[in-house]
Amino acid sequence: MASGVKPRVKVPKTASAGDTITIKTLISHKMESGQRKDDDGNIIPRSIINRFTADFNGQNVIDVALEPAISTNPYFQFEAIVPESGEFKFTWYDDDGDVYEESKKIEVS
Amino acid sequence: MNLKPWIAVAVIGMAGVAIAQDNSTLSIDGETFVTETDAPAHLENVSTIYSGWRFRTPETQALQVDDFDNPAMIFVDQGIDLFNAVDGTEGKSCASCHTDGPEEFAGLHAKMPKVVDGKLVVMEDLINTHRQDVMGAEPWKWSGADMQAMVALIGLQSRGMPMDVAIDGDAAPFWEKGKEIYYTRYGQLELSCSNCHENNYGNMIRADHLSQGQINGFPTYRLKQAKLISRHNRFRGCIRDTRAETFAEGSEEFKALELYVASRANGLDIETPAVRQ
Repeated sequence: MASGVKPRVKVPKTASAGDTITIKTLISHKMESGQRKDDDGNIIPRSIINRFTADFNGQNVIDVALEPAISTNPYFQFEAIVPESGEFKFTWYDDDGDVYEESKKIEVS
Repeated sequence: MNLKPWIAVAVIGMAGVAIAQDNSTLSIDGETFVTETDAPAHLENVSTIYSGWRFRTPETQALQVDDFDNPAMIFVDQGIDLFNAVDGTEGKSCASCHTDGPEEFAGLHAKMPKVVDGKLVVMEDLINTHRQDVMGAEPWKWSGADMQAMVALIGLQSRGMPMDVAIDGDAAPFWEKGKEIYYTRYGQLELSCSNCHENNYGNMIRADHLSQGQINGFPTYRLKQAKLISRHNRFRGCIRDTRAETFAEGSEEFKALELYVASRANGLDIETPAVRQ
């Protein structure tokens, strides 16, 4: 597992039905591009988060493919319409096969 | 003659470049920060002091307004992990002694650097002394990620408090030395700190909007470097840009300069960890 990986998510705790809410996500990750060399001239192998998804009550909201040019600690901000109370589930997929997950509940009135 | 309109355009163009600080208000989680106040009494050539935040673009400013958006908070999180991590021969972490957590250090950052037993001490010194003497651990590199994460964590506890370093008594000789460095022209370009940050703040130096060089937000997250930058790293960068041989990070010269520059910000609220260009 890549070291120092920590997902962080900000979702409003409450909303009204049909509201458009803003979701912010950030994951600390080196996003090693595979283009850099170490002090001895050897290429540092690529190690990035290659995919990010968000689901709401099992329905996909966003599905992002990440490429090596994306800088360290990738941050995503997006909007979603929430029809009902439920749970957002966020998933980040690492090159090394690791999967990082985070979830947040939201009350809709 | 076609010349005159051109001159007029050139003059307007230059005036347009010389935009001063903006007048927006920094507020984080409902707490409003003092980013503009009367200069401390010892400042002879400046009447109002401004936080560097006021000189940044709206996009950069916005990053500091929400702690979630502030990229420096990732490093503060790492600082919390380090605070609780056991290191060294004594089998201790910071938390072993400082049982109340980092909150114990509220207010400390506002008073640093300070003189202890006749020596000028800055935050990095305090941390490394404790690591070596109490924990039996290896000292951290001055501008290393571990060190600056810890400095930022401790500094964050004082966020919103006004800078208030002592410049009299024991500190006076160090302060005088720092002041001398501040007003000394260095390098092939023969620039002193004051040439840019006192005489020309608000003007552009090529693509950079000059601030007053206040250090109330350090360690700051610089977008350019994508990590936390120490005060001494920034001093070194500025002096290097004058094409001079710089002092070393952690040198007595930079500690004295840090005291003097910190005293120029007395009255501004601490913004640690700030976000800058």
